[in-house]
Amino acid sequence: MSGSRLRLEGKTVYVGNGSGHPDAGAASVVFVHGAGMDHTVWALPARHFARRGLRVAAVDLPGHGRSEGPAFDSINAMSDWLAAVLAALDIDRAAIVGHSMGSLVAYRFAMSQPDRCRALALLGTSAPMPVTGPLMNAARDNHHAAFDMANTWSHSTGTLGANANPGIWMLGAGERLLERSRPGVFHADLTACNGFDAGGGGRIGSPCLVIVGDDDLMTPARAGLDVASTLADATIVRLPGCGHAMLNERPNEVLDALIPIVTDA
Amino acid sequence: MADDEHRAPRPTGFDTLALHAGQRPDPATGARATPIYQSAAFVFPDSDFAVGLFNIERAGHVYSRLSNPTNAVLEERISALEHGVGAIAVASGQAAMHLAVATICSAGDHIVASRSLYGGTHNLLQYTLPRFGIETTFVDPRSPGAFAAAIRDNTRLVFGEILGNPGLEVLDVPAVADVAHAAKLPLLVDSTFATPYLCRPIDLGADLVIHSATKFLSGHGIVIGGLMVDGGTFDWEASGKFPTLTAPYDGFHDLVFAEEFGTQAFVTRARREGLRDFGACMAPTTAFHVLQGLETLPLRMQKHVANTREVVAFLGNHEAVDSVSYPELPSHPDHDLAARLLPNGAGAVFSFDIRGGREAGRTFIENLSTFSHLANVGDAKSLVIHPASTTHHRMDADALASAGIGEGLVRLSIGLEDPRDLIDDLGRALRRASRVAR
Repeated sequence: MSGSRLRLEGKTVYVGNGSGHPDAGAASVVFVHGAGMDHTVWALPARHFARRGLRVAAVDLPGHGRSEGPAFDSINAMSDWLAAVLAALDIDRAAIVGHSMGSLVAYRFAMSQPDRCRALALLGTSAPMPVTGPLMNAARDNHHAAFDMANTWSHSTGTLGANANPGIWMLGAGERLLERSRPGVFHADLTACNGFDAGGGGRIGSPCLVIVGDDDLMTPARAGLDVASTLADATIVRLPGCGHAMLNERPNEVLDALIPIVTDA
Repeated sequence: MADDEHRAPRPTGFDTLALHAGQRPDPATGARATPIYQSAAFVFPDSDFAVGLFNIERAGHVYSRLSNPTNAVLEERISALEHGVGAIAVASGQAAMHLAVATICSAGDHIVASRSLYGGTHNLLQYTLPRFGIETTFVDPRSPGAFAAAIRDNTRLVFGEILGNPGLEVLDVPAVADVAHAAKLPLLVDSTFATPYLCRPIDLGADLVIHSATKFLSGHGIVIGGLMVDGGTFDWEASGKFPTLTAPYDGFHDLVFAEEFGTQAFVTRARREGLRDFGACMAPTTAFHVLQGLETLPLRMQKHVANTREVVAFLGNHEAVDSVSYPELPSHPDHDLAARLLPNGAGAVFSFDIRGGREAGRTFIENLSTFSHLANVGDAKSLVIHPASTTHHRMDADALASAGIGEGLVRLSIGLEDPRDLIDDLGRALRRASRVAR
C-alpha cells in the first residue's frame, strides 16, 4: 500500500506506512532515518509494526527520498519539521525511533515535545555526533568518496556479507542508497550531526531504548552508552560484532529490541 | 580541497571477495567452507516470527524455493563481485533470463535485444515469449542507434550479451545504457562470457546482469545454474513504466515494491513473485559447486585468457585457417571497444574459419583429442563445436551465412590445460582437415 504524500509549507512530504491499515486510535510509531538515507531503511520494522496494527509513519526528511527539499542543516530544524508533520498527520503521541542522525532528531523531539513522545528508541547514537574532516569535506564537494567512507565505516570491520536478509549484499545496498541522495543533502545532514548540541537529556521522562553496536565505527558504543546515561529510564541493548548499519547487519535483533518499547509503552 | 584529494577507503579486493563475500565461518559448527544446507524448509522460532518471514518484516529462510542459506552466500558473493545490491540464484541461465523479463514485462510489452544471442535466449525471445504477449525486436549489437530506433512506447527492456554469439560482438554497454536510460528503460546484460573478473556491466551503466553460472563462474562443467543481479541503479518510479514495481501488488497485500524497498525493489519482487510462482530455484548443492568455482575465478580467468591468447596467435598464423575472430585481434571490428571495456581480456571463447568448409570442419573436430566435442563453454577443459555439422546441420550454406556462421566455422572454448598441448592437438587435427580440403 502506498505511503502518504502530504503538503507542508508548500513542499511534498512522503511518509511510509509499512503497508498498514491501522484502526482509528491505533498507537503510532515514527521512524526517522539517518544521513543520506530515506524511509526504506525501516522497511522490515515498519512492516512489522504495521502488521501488528500500529500506525506507522516512516518519514523521508526534507530533501530525502520522496520528500521535497531543501534539506535542513540543523537537528533542531528537523525536529521542528517532524513535529509539524506529525501534527499534519493528526498523530498526537508516538513512539519515536531514530537511527544515527535520525536518533538525534528523535532525541531532540523527545526533549522539546515530551508530551508527544510515549517512547524513544535511539539506534547507533552519539551526542554530540562529530563528523571527521575528510568525510565532511568530501560531502561538501559532493564527492563519491563521502559515500564510500560513510558506507565502509558504517559496517563492522571485516564485514563481507553473511546477511540475514537472503541475497542482499549489504555494502552494495548501502552504497546505492547513498548514491541516490541529491547533491548537497549528505553534506547538510553531516553538518546537522556535527553541530548538534544535546544540552542535557534530563527532561526526557518516557521509556527509552538505546541500541549500540559494539563494532560501530561511526557512533562508537561508548558514545551510545554515554547518551543512555543521560536518560532517566533507559534500556540498553548491545549488539556484539555489529557496526553502525545495524538495520542491515542485525535486522532481527534490532526488531526484537524495538518490539517491547514500541508496543508496550 | 582539490577533487582528487578526497580519498575513499580502499575497497576489498576482487580476489578477496571471490573467496569471502557473503560468508562467515558457520556459527553453529565453525565450518570454514560454506555448508550445503540440504533442507527443503526451515523451522520457525515461533508463530509470530513465521508470519514476519512471510510478510517481509523478518530476515531469514522459509522454504528453499524462495531462499536457502547456501544459495544466499552465492547470491551475496555474485552481488559483491558485480557491484550490485542483491542477486537471485536460479536453476539455469535461461531461468535467470526469464526471471529478469518476467519481473518487469507483461503481455503487451516489448523488448529490444541484440540479434547476436545465445540460441536458447533467442528461442525464448523469438518464439516462446510472444505466446505470452511479449514481443522482441532484434537489432545489430554494434549499433546503439539501432537500439534507439527500435524502442517503442511499450518497450520495457533493452538487452544484449557483453560478448555476442557467435561473432563475439562487444556490446557498447555505456552507449546502449545511454540509449536505454534516455527512453527511461533499464539495460539488462548477459555477462556469461566475461564474468565479473573481466567486465562489470553495472559499473559501465547496465542496470541488471544475468549469468549462466554453468560456464566460467562454476568453471568445471559439472552443474547447471543461473544468476540474476540487480544493480539497484534504475529509478523505477521516475521511469513510470513499471507497474509491477510501482503499483500496489494484489499478490502481496498491495505492497508497492519501489516505495518500500527502494533500491532493492527489483530483486525483492523477483524473489517474492518470480521464485515463488515460477519456482526455478537453484539446488543448494549446485550453489555450493558454483561457490567453489568462484573461489578460483580470478586465477582461472587469468589462465583462460592467457591460454586463449596463445591459441589465437597459433591459429592466426596457420595455413589451414582462413580467419580468426577474437576481439583482441586488430582485425576484429570491436578491437578498440574491447580494449576499453575488457582490458583484462576478451574471454576464452572464440571462433575461427577452417579452410575446406563443412567437411574440413567435421574432419577437424573428429581428429581432436584434448578438446572435447560438446555443446557447452566455460569448462576448465577445452571444448569445441562445429555448428555447421551439429547445432546448425539442417541449414544450407546460404542460411548459415545469413546467421553469420560459415560452413567452416569452429567455436572453441579454451580451458586450463598446458597451452602447448592444446596447440599440438589443434595442429594435428588441422593437418588432417587440410588433407580433406585439398
